[in-house]
Amino acid sequence: MTGRTLYDKIWEQHVVADFEGGDNLLYVDRHLVQEVSSPQAFAYLRQNNLPLRRPDLHIAVADHAVPTRRKGHPFADGLAKRQVERLRENVETHGIAYMPMNGDRHGIVHVIGPETGFTLPGCTLVCGDSHTSTHGAFGCIAFGIGASECASVFATQTIRQARQKTMRVNLDGGLPVGVTVKDVILALIAEIGTGGGVGYAIEYAGSTIRDLSMEARMTLCNMTIEAGSRVGMVAPDETTFTYLKGRPLSPEGEMWERAVAAWSDLKSDEDAVFDREITFDTSTLEPQVSWGTTPEQTGAISGVVPDPDRIADRGRASRVRKSLAYMGLTPGTRLNDIPVDRVFIGSCTNGRLEDLRAAAAVLKGRQVAQSVRAIAVPGSAAVRIAAEAEGLHEVFLAAGFEWRDSGCSMCVAMNDDRLEEGERCASTSNRNFEGRQGKGGRTHLMSPQMAAAAAVTGRLSDVRELL
Amino acid sequence: MEKFTRITSIAAPLLENAIDTDIIFPARFLLLLDREGLGKYAFNEWRGEGFVLDTPPYDTAQILVTGENFGTGSSREQAVWTLADKGIRCVVARSFGEIFYSNCFKNGVLPVRLTGADMDAVEAAAEAQEPLTVDLEDRCIRLPDGRTIAFDIADHHRRALLAGLDEVGTILADHAESIARHEERRRASAPWLDLPQAKLDALAEESA
Ligand code: SF4
Repeated sequence: MTGRTLYDKIWEQHVVADFEGGDNLLYVDRHLVQEVSSPQAFAYLRQNNLPLRRPDLHIAVADHAVPTRRKGHPFADGLAKRQVERLRENVETHGIAYMPMNGDRHGIVHVIGPETGFTLPGCTLVCGDSHTSTHGAFGCIAFGIGASECASVFATQTIRQARQKTMRVNLDGGLPVGVTVKDVILALIAEIGTGGGVGYAIEYAGSTIRDLSMEARMTLCNMTIEAGSRVGMVAPDETTFTYLKGRPLSPEGEMWERAVAAWSDLKSDEDAVFDREITFDTSTLEPQVSWGTTPEQTGAISGVVPDPDRIADRGRASRVRKSLAYMGLTPGTRLNDIPVDRVFIGSCTNGRLEDLRAAAAVLKGRQVAQSVRAIAVPGSAAVRIAAEAEGLHEVFLAAGFEWRDSGCSMCVAMNDDRLEEGERCASTSNRNFEGRQGKGGRTHLMSPQMAAAAAVTGRLSDVRELL
Repeated sequence: MEKFTRITSIAAPLLENAIDTDIIFPARFLLLLDREGLGKYAFNEWRGEGFVLDTPPYDTAQILVTGENFGTGSSREQAVWTLADKGIRCVVARSFGEIFYSNCFKNGVLPVRLTGADMDAVEAAAEAQEPLTVDLEDRCIRLPDGRTIAFDIADHHRRALLAGLDEVGTILADHAESIARHEERRRASAPWLDLPQAKLDALAEESA
């Protein structure tokens, strides 16, 4: 018998029933609930007079719609306010633990899941949000689901799913100075395309991975959905256990020992066969920036805006032409000559302590360019508190950044933070889709240090020149 | 859920690749709490003169024909609700974003994957404004010239659409015992996965 992959092992442990044709009924150990994808799922329970089966396996938070200037500011947007209130009413009705907007445990779902120890190796975890792939960094099967599936989890604690094929991505060679895991995932998506991972659960392996912190692993798994894969995962190791030990919902005492023993076995067998396997050398990577309106439209900062007339594939050329028209870019322009109006450092991709530290290291002793408006938004209250304890907020503020409360903020134009028509933004978020950061807004994706570099120079810039 | 057996309609050609969920349903409308009446926001930023779904006769099309990786991006089921509310019952694409694809089946919308000459024929018919018949029972699309194009669809997806089945109801009716048994097994093998209520309460309290 050939060996099994990490994904297959965890999957098999969660199968409740088999369906004809190969689907499984999968047990869900963890469900993160937020305001955007839950109202219709709660309404389903109401309409069908069904109880929520296991409230103890859910935690809830409002992150997308919340303002990030809170103290002393009223909740300006009536629709957003109503959505947050609706979540609160719903979780109260069903007895789900809720992390209020002004509390110390608030944050983006994908930041607080790991932070509280809600996310654990070996579990299945879902959320009505595609970036749920983030949690796979802990060696669990975590993926985004639609609202109807959220209703299924509420009522049955299971969902019907087809098992994915598996792909291993071997990252080897370590990271050059100035290059981060964000650059790795952007470059990988540029190579395999936004459809490159469709149908696969990706396991990241290789020497580069083993040296990465949990934060960096989360960034990597977070953007896996941008390659089309719902699932990205990393086998748990000492780094994982050290991160989890002592978190509020982590097991304790003898239970912790038992859990670690079980988690230590969570890895793909030596002879496991993946449906697809790719190797990606990270040792020669340059910092990356996106120039288009899909994450695969990304290139090294030393490059230029591509010319659609030189792209042979008609479909691709037309898509590039459309993207460039939206982005207001001319082929041949050097990427590091592109001026920016706004800088956003935050989101579930890069709103963690390590990200803020990396940006602050670039900003220290420097000033945000006059033409630029820049905001730093910690991914959670805990991140904000920890950053303030090290004085990072002072670095941001002294440089001319705004320092905000936690939330999704400018990653998604659903709250008060957004781009105006035509504004161009250096952003640490994960999607550069048309209108993602505001109608007519133009997004360039990059790492936190690259965003910090853009803030001080006022244009897309190679951070290595500032190190 | 509305059943899907067979529809006949012209098909609107929106022949772009990687039309993402933010284009299909811009994020700011996610603040709306109800799923009814979302059709007017479909492709909001692209709407108006010159946009295919605003150009007769395509404004009443029940079929949308598009490129690769349609619905890539977010998990928002609104992307399907908005199409369904707009009257689109079937999307024919070269490939789909995965979450979008599975969301379709929960809402009476049939996603059809076609490639090569089959897709070329459907695109041509869409552009010629010829009516197509999508027949789920026979798993095929019929062109006006008599050609038949077969498509693949998982059996259970097909049955769910044909019967308008509510998946949650089915799970509760058929699997309640297996779920309970699984929970017992899990309690024995991985007891740390059960969260003590006291810990959850403490967390919520600590955050208040
Ligand atoms: S930060 Fe952005 S990507 Fe992450 S959950 Fe919020 S809106 Fe989604």
